[in-house]
Amino acid sequence: MTQVLIYLIAIVATTISLIITVILYTYAERKIIGFMQDRIGPNRVGPIGILQPVADVVKLLLKEVIRPSASNIYLFIIAPVLALAPALAAWAVIPINNGWVLADINVGLLYVLAMTSLGVYGIVIAGWASNSKYALLGAIRSSAQIISYEIPMAFAVLGVLMAAQSMNLTTIVEKQHGGILHWYWLPLLPLLVVYWVSAVAETNRLPFDVAEGESEIVAGFHVEYSGIPFALFFLAEYINMILVCFIAVLLFAGGWLSPFEGIPVLNKVFSWVPNVVWMFAKVAFFMLSFLWFRATFPRYRYDQLMRLGWKIFIPLTLLWIVVEAILIQLQLPPWFSI
Amino acid sequence: MEYAFFLIFAAVALIAAAMVILSRNPVRAVLFLILCFFATAATWLMLNAEFLAITLVLVYVGAVMVLFLFVVMMLDIDFAILRAKLTRWSPIGLALAIAVFALIAEIIEKDQIAFGQHGDELSKIAETGNAAKLGEIVFTNYLLQFELAGILLLVAIIAAIVLIYRGPRSRKLQSIPKQIAADPKTRVHLVSGD
Repeated sequence: MTQVLIYLIAIVATTISLIITVILYTYAERKIIGFMQDRIGPNRVGPIGILQPVADVVKLLLKEVIRPSASNIYLFIIAPVLALAPALAAWAVIPINNGWVLADINVGLLYVLAMTSLGVYGIVIAGWASNSKYALLGAIRSSAQIISYEIPMAFAVLGVLMAAQSMNLTTIVEKQHGGILHWYWLPLLPLLVVYWVSAVAETNRLPFDVAEGESEIVAGFHVEYSGIPFALFFLAEYINMILVCFIAVLLFAGGWLSPFEGIPVLNKVFSWVPNVVWMFAKVAFFMLSFLWFRATFPRYRYDQLMRLGWKIFIPLTLLWIVVEAILIQLQLPPWFSI
Repeated sequence: MEYAFFLIFAAVALIAAAMVILSRNPVRAVLFLILCFFATAATWLMLNAEFLAITLVLVYVGAVMVLFLFVVMMLDIDFAILRAKLTRWSPIGLALAIAVFALIAEIIEKDQIAFGQHGDELSKIAETGNAAKLGEIVFTNYLLQFELAGILLLVAIIAAIVLIYRGPRSRKLQSIPKQIAADPKTRVHLVSGD
């Protein structure tokens, strides 16, 4: 019984900290993109606009929930829940330090892939149930996009799996011991690039947000949603973004390991830093790059997006998996020597 | 506790499967099929077959059913016409259903005998996680069958491509290399005001 209670508390704590992170992230997003585009960003609510996200949350909670009269009522209401639930469920297997994980299962990596691929249902059902042209177009684009980019993403993850010889996320991090040059980003650099671009595409973020595409299909799949249901979609998108950042850090950037491991002087100097801080610092870098992409690149055209996924990323990952298999056979130190 | 969960998931799977056939709306039928897969994955998980369960969710729910939904959403299927054919073909369908059911029953009966013989071994595999064990068996004992399945899939891919290929010239496609090579100096002319 106490075991169940502990798990419940941990689940609630994870969810609440995720929501707080999302709130801070939206503020950071608007401020940072503001600076990148030589603007000030939000500066009216509270000192330097720090209370802006709170005002946004209050606004979304108080708004009227409108349901289009020709929509499918059950599916229209269940769609935002279907978008949010897998985004939260995936966090069960994400470790933030050695042993700090809710479910340390053997097939953790597969579980994460399965959960991230489920998020598309929320979008597709929302688009169909709204009974609106723009929403349906957004839903169809999204389903095609997510299926296309799941393949290179799975291949990129497969590369890490081959190198670590395990699907357990904690084991994968532990295999990367020994400083920044021992992490998998170096031998698997093409896979990291493919993974990261696919992750941006999977989370429907700019420059791959063709499912929303304000300039083409108004707001895509959530054009008919307002108030709290819209807030749920928003929350799901941002939680997924944070999730793919954590996975990128765990798979390619050594998780909670210090970058100075094994380097004589620096290792001593930074030995006081707790592992969790390294983890969060690396995650913050990847989260920043999301905003950086958004501020830098124009939106991809839909056919270019498909071409990139099928004709460039899939052959590239296939090639690199063969190269990696050869490297593993050669027992190339320091990454692949057992 | 575990038995209660099994009953719940089994009931959900059965009801969802029935609803796939009974629902009038094709989109709803596909969604019930997804629910059915989910419940099945949950029962497999309770049998300690975590690799199979997650693969079911990843492959079928995460990819195949998205394509189903994609197609069904685009098509305007009239179920009344489909229903009219139902009565005509129902004897054959019924015979097929009984045959499949008999096959499954036969396999389950044989499996129970096999489980009695190898029960200890199976529970040992379940303890250490079956992903590694499964890989070992597939790539040693059943390598030929595995490769044959791979070739079968390759043939299916080629067949699909052949079916949709409409020749090189019948489509209007943008040439990406040409687009990238476009030079603004040759495209834009500045016209002086006077």
